[in-house]
Amino acid sequence: MMEVLTYFFTDPIAQKVILGVAVIGGISGVVGTFSFLRKKTLIADAISHSVLPGVCIGFMFAGTKDPLSLMIGALVIGWFSVWSIDYISRATKLSEDTAIALVSTLFFAKGSVLLSIISKSQNAEQSGLKNFLFGKAATMTSVDIQVFIIASLVILSLVILFFKPFQLLCFNSEFAKTIGIKTKRIEFLLSSLTVLTVAIGIQAVGVVLMSALLIAPAASARYWTNKLPLMLVIAAIFGIISGILGVVFSTVKDNMPTGPWIVFSLFLFTLITLIFAPQKGWLSIRKRTKTNSRKIGEENILKTMYQLKEQGLEIVSFRDFLEKRAMDTSILYLFFKKLVKSGFLIENENHFSLTKIGETEAARIIRSHRLWELYLTKRMNFKDDHIHGTAETIEHLITPEIEKELLKELDFPTSDPHNKDIPY
Amino acid sequence: MIGINDFLTLITALLIAWSCSLLGCFLVLRKVVMVGDAISHSVLPGIVIAYLVSSNFNSGFILIGAAVFGVFTTFIIDFLHKKLKLQEDASIGITFTWLFALGVILIALFTDGNADLDQDCVLFGELGITFLDKIIIDGRLYGTRSMWMILPVFILVLLFVVFGFKGLQIISFHEEFAQSKGINVSFWHYVFMALVSITTVMSFESVGAILVVGLLVIPPATAYLLNDKLIPMLWISCLFSSIACVTGYYASIYFDVSVSSMIIVVAGCFFLLAILYSKLSRKKMEIIDEKAF
Repeated sequence: MMEVLTYFFTDPIAQKVILGVAVIGGISGVVGTFSFLRKKTLIADAISHSVLPGVCIGFMFAGTKDPLSLMIGALVIGWFSVWSIDYISRATKLSEDTAIALVSTLFFAKGSVLLSIISKSQNAEQSGLKNFLFGKAATMTSVDIQVFIIASLVILSLVILFFKPFQLLCFNSEFAKTIGIKTKRIEFLLSSLTVLTVAIGIQAVGVVLMSALLIAPAASARYWTNKLPLMLVIAAIFGIISGILGVVFSTVKDNMPTGPWIVFSLFLFTLITLIFAPQKGWLSIRKRTKTNSRKIGEENILKTMYQLKEQGLEIVSFRDFLEKRAMDTSILYLFFKKLVKSGFLIENENHFSLTKIGETEAARIIRSHRLWELYLTKRMNFKDDHIHGTAETIEHLITPEIEKELLKELDFPTSDPHNKDIPY
Repeated sequence: MIGINDFLTLITALLIAWSCSLLGCFLVLRKVVMVGDAISHSVLPGIVIAYLVSSNFNSGFILIGAAVFGVFTTFIIDFLHKKLKLQEDASIGITFTWLFALGVILIALFTDGNADLDQDCVLFGELGITFLDKIIIDGRLYGTRSMWMILPVFILVLLFVVFGFKGLQIISFHEEFAQSKGINVSFWHYVFMALVSITTVMSFESVGAILVVGLLVIPPATAYLLNDKLIPMLWISCLFSSIACVTGYYASIYFDVSVSSMIIVVAGCFFLLAILYSKLSRKKMEIIDEKAF
């Protein structure tokens, strides 16, 4: 393993590949974040397909594989594809996803027709054009990498310069319009940046996989933070690391394409993120749901115990409890055990009663429930037979602060709409 | 002048085009074209695995592999979108790129530069040379292998559309209503997507992953611009794709370029004309409206 690593960081060719891929990964992460937030990531797919005819046209005009003219061709046609999608989904009754699929496949077909025309012309320079289809990370030249770095610096400085309008466009384009930002122009700029990114990135991973470079880092970053600047940084880092990992993975066998391995590591990142991310990840959502449902279950039991006590039944057997509130017996048993353990209930030969703190807690829940019912009838003009349902839900959510507000609002009432006492 | 090779190639092209046009109409109406696009890319690992297991393209393995991966793709997209709360466009984009990458990796790892299965043929297909693979028994010509691969798929699609018409119609135009009538929408959805993936795979060798999407979306979109009733739309879509196939085929011979790409380009020209037509007729309507006032 160490040998592999030292090889990568000392061998000049490997260094070059890694540098190139890292630059591409980073800049795709940054630009992709904006596409992701605007929910326009699939347009990137159409752009990358239309880079093929763009490159072919650039080549036909220049007659050589000069990176600059290829890139200009890609930019022009890429932009034309964005415009076509916009036009089709605006001016016809076709939906946007139809427009995207239509434009991408149509442009790709044109590109492949042009490619077969070029490959029949006797131009010796044309051999490398197909690299745009599948990527050629392993054979990047120093000139390529210089072009990548310059383009990335241009993109990065534009992002910094136009950060505010971009941010507004992503989160609230209507608002941006009202404060006088020319949203059409900003959108044009943002699309152009995407096209430029695709035009350079496609050389590393190829037509089909380019959209992964734009989508995956941004999608992952979104799960780690809510702040745009931080999100851009995280997406860039994900892009860079996946790029490097892709290069490392692809050395397992000779002639292995780099692009798919980059996408593969991107996917791993995304999957890990989707499952493990704090707050938004699958695990933490599951955990939260579990905690919540346990809390609600426990609170419902305490509440029922309190109601039984109000009816004069202080020492409660399972049977008494189930008569008041139907539940799965085994779950009820577990809940009782837990409540005893945390000191809310005491058990005496399968009979249960509320402890002091148990009673205070139960009173708090009942109080929230009855206050809310009262609030609904007094302030919201609900009929008193329509209020129990919502109160049943909200009693678990009312915080001490809200409770204080309710008490003040209702002027410290003593009984609820059903003439039951509100306990303090 | 139609030679026997032209005839065989055209039959293959038409069968693919008709299958795609029929299915494509429902994709366009249900606004799930990008899911179809995703499937056409992500069946690649299914094909590679089936190919590795059976070491040729003829077996039923490929059909099963394709159907499984097609449904699997739809399932992953739904899972990412609904369970993991990832926005829909990103779910689609991540799913198909990942599966396509997996397919390319499998090709590179296990096929050792086998000429039958390389990236070129995955992307473009080679409709122009399908006639080389003739089936000749006792000196008699029984069509080509590609033709016999796509024919059952076409029949399957046709039967599905004819017999499932009511169900397809109702889930295409009014999914909620279908649900409230007790129709199992997700069953139809998955069966439909499985059919899309089978069609994609069977046309794979001939037209490639990207261009099959062209046949799935361009003729139906053209038809939808001209007529929004379902049955005429299906007919118009088939008609346009047939014309595109024939014109595209001869144009490709004339310009000496890839057949399948040329078919898509011709279909694209029809689409442009349809946009123009729908614009003009709308203008006409506006003029009539203005005169009426």
